[in-house]
Amino acid sequence: MTSDPALSGLTGSIIHDEIVPARAPWLHIVRKGEVLRIVDVEGNQAVDFLIYAAADDAERYSAQDTVAMQGNLFLRTGTVLLSNEGNVLMTIVASAVEYHDTIGGACSSESNTLRYGHHTRHQHACVDNFLEANLTEGRGKRDIVSNINFFMNVPVEEDGTLGIVDGISAPGLTVDLRAEMDVIVVVSNCPQINNPCNGFNPTPVRMIVAA
Amino acid sequence: MSGTADPKSAREHARAQGGTRIETMPVLPPVADDLPEGVSADDLVWEETVAPGGYTSRRLVRGTRLRLIDKAGDACASLNIFNAEMPTERLNVADTVKVQWNAYLGEGKLLLSDMGRVLASIIVDGAGTHDTFCGVSNAAGNLRKYGEGRNSGAYPNGRDRLILGAAKHGLTRRDVHPCVNLFKGTKIEADGAITPLVGPFEAGREVILRAEMDVIVVIANCPHVLDPRPQYHSTPLRLTAWRGAVTPEQDPVRNASPEGIRAYLNTEDYYRR
Repeated sequence: MTSDPALSGLTGSIIHDEIVPARAPWLHIVRKGEVLRIVDVEGNQAVDFLIYAAADDAERYSAQDTVAMQGNLFLRTGTVLLSNEGNVLMTIVASAVEYHDTIGGACSSESNTLRYGHHTRHQHACVDNFLEANLTEGRGKRDIVSNINFFMNVPVEEDGTLGIVDGISAPGLTVDLRAEMDVIVVVSNCPQINNPCNGFNPTPVRMIVAA
Repeated sequence: MSGTADPKSAREHARAQGGTRIETMPVLPPVADDLPEGVSADDLVWEETVAPGGYTSRRLVRGTRLRLIDKAGDACASLNIFNAEMPTERLNVADTVKVQWNAYLGEGKLLLSDMGRVLASIIVDGAGTHDTFCGVSNAAGNLRKYGEGRNSGAYPNGRDRLILGAAKHGLTRRDVHPCVNLFKGTKIEADGAITPLVGPFEAGREVILRAEMDVIVVIANCPHVLDPRPQYHSTPLRLTAWRGAVTPEQDPVRNASPEGIRAYLNTEDYYRR
């Protein structure tokens, strides 16, 4: 029997296994105790990620609570993803990549005009993906807050200079997130082509849920 | 015989309190004897000192200058900023640092909205210690740290204060967004570690913001979430605002970077009607 390396190390049964096409949004409920594995199939694909408490979606992922609690900007194995109420939404239980980003935000057609010029106004962007997914459940602009960017690299230099630089991920690398309460996960498989976050080539990613 | 046993006596009792002056209150009409040179007293629109652990919110017209003063060295101004006309547009901290390619706020930096526009600019920074990463305290955290964290208690938290300030303008829990903190700072180390810079500092440091759009500002004054001291330390935050001109095309802050210029172009385009 051949085993799929993408499933290696996951315990329990696989209850969901889906390819998210390049540039696309994704929304899924992950229940308490389940593990969501994101596979960076082709390497260095930024996966923009928001989390909402299923029981009350005004409670949502807080990058600020998360980094303040751990005293560090980088998300690593062991990082506890906190909500704006200070509750634990998910835990990063394993990461084959040393760290992930939560200060770089999500691209939008509006911020793209600032970063690159108005010629980018009509390119697809993460905020449009977040809106599309959220609007199917009655959430909107107010519900989009600072997100996680899995597989993205944003260092901060001594003088504060920061920016999205070449990624440190590689084909097949994974990150595993265990839900600590029932959560709704909203994803944008980043379509950005003007900086290195996707290696200038947006690619599919794979979402696996084990229970 | 109680002095408040009947309505007329109760009215006298209430009216006897009028005219009380304390440090932490709004002054109506506003008076300030320390306006910057060239600013007319006739253009003063707001003079209010926020109590320790307190909050306030107000709508400001485009061009208004808002001066914040850390009167005694232990204030922390946590800001939420909304487009007054369309409050689904609001401060976006990630865009603010990413578009300006820098983690730190200071003189000449812009506070950007999620729609590619400038909500406010920092035109004077006499503090140098600000924080875009750590956000505000919440009830659970204050309970752990101080033994109590509720709005109605002795150690109110920043998140609940921001919610109240937003609610006074018809906004809700969903509208309260990642904030910036002025007067309390953080420094990021090479490995991503966050070093808090919470002082306490010398009295009287000031920051002046220039509103680049009609905005609603919500300000909480609670201890920074990474303040290492076990006691709840918070001191009054003074706010003074005066009318000013809309930023002209040749303004140096407007033209400080190519990204900033485009943000002003977007803002000016929004008001082109």
